Amino acid sequence: MKRVYVNEEWCLGCHLCEFNCGFANSGETSMIKAYHREQRPLSRIRVEDGDDIHFAVNCRHCKEPLCVKGCITGALSVEDGVIKIDQDQCIGCRTCIAMCPYGCLVLSHNHTMLKCELCLENSCGEPACVTGCPNRAIVYEERG
Amino acid sequence: MLKKEGEIRIPSGCAISGIIDRTGRRSINGRTIVDSIAVMHDRSNGLGGGFAGYGIYPDYADSYAFHVFYDDLKARQETERYLDRYFDVVNMSRIPVRPNRNVVDAPLIWRYFVNPLFNRIQEDRGEIDEKKFIVDTVFYVNTYIDGAYIFSSGKNMGIFKGVGYPEDIGDFYKLEDYDAYCWTAHGRYPTNTPGWWGGCHPFALLDHSVVHNGEISSYDANRRYIEMFGYKCNLLTDTEVITYIIDYLKRKKGFDYEDIAKIIAAPFWEEIDRMPEKEARKMKLLRNTYSSLLITGPFSIICGFDHGLMALNDRLKLRSMVAGEKDEVVYIASEEAAIRRICPDIDGIWAPRGGEPIIVHASKEAM
Amino acid sequence: MGIEYLYPEFEVHRNFDRCIKCRVCERQCSEGVHFYDAEDDIMRADESKCVDCQRCVTMCPTRALKIVKTENTFRPNHNWHQDTIEEIYRQATSGGALLSSMGNPKDYPSYWDRILLNASQVTNPSIDPLREPMETKVFLGKKPHDLEFDSHGEVISKLPPQIELELPVMFSAMSFGALSENAHKSLARAATACGTCYNTGEGGLNKSLYPYGPNTIVQVASGRFGVHEDYLKAGCAIEIKMGQGAKPGIGGHLPGRKIGPKVAETRMIPEGSDAISPAPHHDIYSIEDLRQLVYSLKEATNYEKPVIVKIAAVHNVAAIASGIARSGADIIAIDGFRGGTGAAPTRIRDNVGIPIELALAAVDQRLRDEKIRNDISIVVGGSIRSSADVVKAIALGADACYIGTAALIALGCHLCRQCQRGLCNWGIATQREDLCRRLNPDIGTEHLINLLTAWNNEIKEMMGGMGINSIEALRGNRLMLRGVGMTEKELEILGIKHAGE
Repeated sequence: MKRVYVNEEWCLGCHLCEFNCGFANSGETSMIKAYHREQRPLSRIRVEDGDDIHFAVNCRHCKEPLCVKGCITGALSVEDGVIKIDQDQCIGCRTCIAMCPYGCLVLSHNHTMLKCELCLENSCGEPACVTGCPNRAIVYEERG
Repeated sequence: MLKKEGEIRIPSGCAISGIIDRTGRRSINGRTIVDSIAVMHDRSNGLGGGFAGYGIYPDYADSYAFHVFYDDLKARQETERYLDRYFDVVNMSRIPVRPNRNVVDAPLIWRYFVNPLFNRIQEDRGEIDEKKFIVDTVFYVNTYIDGAYIFSSGKNMGIFKGVGYPEDIGDFYKLEDYDAYCWTAHGRYPTNTPGWWGGCHPFALLDHSVVHNGEISSYDANRRYIEMFGYKCNLLTDTEVITYIIDYLKRKKGFDYEDIAKIIAAPFWEEIDRMPEKEARKMKLLRNTYSSLLITGPFSIICGFDHGLMALNDRLKLRSMVAGEKDEVVYIASEEAAIRRICPDIDGIWAPRGGEPIIVHASKEAM
Repeated sequence: MGIEYLYPEFEVHRNFDRCIKCRVCERQCSEGVHFYDAEDDIMRADESKCVDCQRCVTMCPTRALKIVKTENTFRPNHNWHQDTIEEIYRQATSGGALLSSMGNPKDYPSYWDRILLNASQVTNPSIDPLREPMETKVFLGKKPHDLEFDSHGEVISKLPPQIELELPVMFSAMSFGALSENAHKSLARAATACGTCYNTGEGGLNKSLYPYGPNTIVQVASGRFGVHEDYLKAGCAIEIKMGQGAKPGIGGHLPGRKIGPKVAETRMIPEGSDAISPAPHHDIYSIEDLRQLVYSLKEATNYEKPVIVKIAAVHNVAAIASGIARSGADIIAIDGFRGGTGAAPTRIRDNVGIPIELALAAVDQRLRDEKIRNDISIVVGGSIRSSADVVKAIALGADACYIGTAALIALGCHLCRQCQRGLCNWGIATQREDLCRRLNPDIGTEHLINLLTAWNNEIKEMMGGMGINSIEALRGNRLMLRGVGMTEKELEILGIKHAGE
């Protein structure tokens, strides 16, 4: 299965992925519009910055996902390897955050959880963080 | 005023034809080649026609035959003074012509059979190769004597050319009076010329004569290269530079005609890569060493030489040229009709591939 | 601090309707122009620091930015231009020689732009490169005078060492140190993929790049940085750098702050020490000395590598080239006055040397006049900006071209001409770890391959138009060129006719 991988060697820490993610999942037609809303879109990917290192963190779509295991409402599920979240079922209990070893889930403005669904559900069609990355630090590919 | 060849580069379209008897017998009458080229009337436009005949001067076979155009008496006197100093002139006369109403403005046309006087030459020039001296003479007269132009300088061969359709030029020069073992012919379609006889073809140097149809795109690359070796391209024509290239590779570098063809119409690198190792190594060396002698753009040429001829197309075969053989005679022409006209029952006619030379040698036994 | 005479040269125009305060511009600007004002929740800029590298503009996801040359003007004066006045202010406050980078930007004529190419019409056919073979392969090196064959017609002669190129374009010398490792990697990989060469410049060759050796020209310059036996043998040819178009007559200076561990190791000098290349080679004070170095290098490499001698195009370039052709060198590289550099004194860059077009024409003709053109190949560089420039250069007489600036532009360079500062926002001319990272060599390699592929296709297209199907037949084929708007003298030097003739 194709997954999003991060090559930290090439991550510039520019944080563009966060904005591309936020916009892709905002449902808006332009990034400007999306980010000029009262509530700025939230990104499902997050760049961690150290002194000399930058690293974009997002859902790994683990083969044995702890978040799914821990979800008390069944809002999280695995579909063709992609871990998806049903916003209607999520109650924002945050168990998943506690379970996820990478901290890859984000609390939304309305207190449900947000997570990367590889942009398969939005208009982007393929991960926006990948298409927008200026240095190929984030890639979407099949690895063994 | 229109500029003549040498002052400006004039592209031409053309017709060419060639016949050679492998036995070396002087079996081909001048009428035959005229008949052949005449069929391709529409490939020329009346601004140039010419012929080269080999074996036509058996009585003076060992003398250089100079054919010269003169604009006036002064040019002739000056040239003859020069020739008298360095040569024993065995025979001199006007080349016999007959009036033809389509051939006008002919210059004075003279022929000299000469033997170099080595003592004289060495006095003035030191040790010098005979052929080199002949070439120098041709260059000297053509460059420095105003109104004189040596257009034929080989042994037992001669060029006949002028402004007009080739069949009229053939008639004008009374070619039916000459028998040869090899003829080449040229009909010219220049795009702009004031009608200067010297600019017509064949172009010749020593025994080499070249008739050429095409416009080579590599002209200036070839010219600037060959001029490094003492040649002076006065006419700015393709035929001139091709003649010099062949002369250089043959006379100065000693290549055979097969190798000359491989240099001027070199195989593509892709083809070289596919050749057997030994051949590829040789070809790579040839192509690399003489890269500036590669001729590109369309051409079909027939190069006559002592007891032989070579016909060659550019490597993409951008100009028509066909060949046929009957008994011991080989025919080459721009169009098939030009062969069938003079040999209706020819066995087979084929189109040689681009870059693949036809080299025919005539026996020297018959002479 | 007294009065600041200099008004910022550029203005940062931020369209606040578009700005989403993502702060990408801030994170990407090594000059520190952009910053976020948390108190007012707004992005602001210190324009005095802006060098117009365009990084922020390119990275801004909402295209909220543009950099504009300031309209602030001194009283117009055709003699005292604003630039001239500002340079005086700069020197009056610093006391230093002015430094700049990349090529001479002044308004001198570009002869390439006054030369037009021919095409076939009617009398001979143009050739379609999509249908017919079209050859751009070039061999650089000495050609034999005579070929010898044995009695069976087998060749005895051997070809002197050659560089085989799939297209007549190479990457010119740019050192590791001046360029980042990632830039070098990109050049090396692209050269290998395209069957051409890149050039180490005078900074040595890091062992990690030895695998690209068959496509590497190793340079020996006056500082001899990184020169050792393995280095000389690692490449496919050796280039002796006598001069450079951007700064003829002077040496080089890579400041200690750019000499990190890897650069130090490659150059074989202590970390942090300044790398100073003397103006001349101190073992070459004359042409006969050059011959000795040429043969020393050949000796060191078993006569297996062609030796290139690179010079800047200066006034008597033709005579110098003639001397070089007789020095045993196989190839001469001539660098025009527009050639780029990582740092040069501004006055030198802008006032020394001559246009490459004239230098090339003069050298090619001179070598032909002396009948030694086959003894040496000619490579020209110094502002070859497009495939058309390449075609014109070859028709003037070059065997191949060097491109430097064009290659860097393919890597992202926006010609802000501040390489000497070492803060290259594009990760090209810098050694700062975080900035170097900005050039992913995978992307860089692709861009360079694309550029060369595109140029080669264009070269073939132009050749085909002229009815030429092999680059050899274009070389020195000046009849394919015509000048426009030139004087008799210029045409005479270029050896071409005026359009319409």
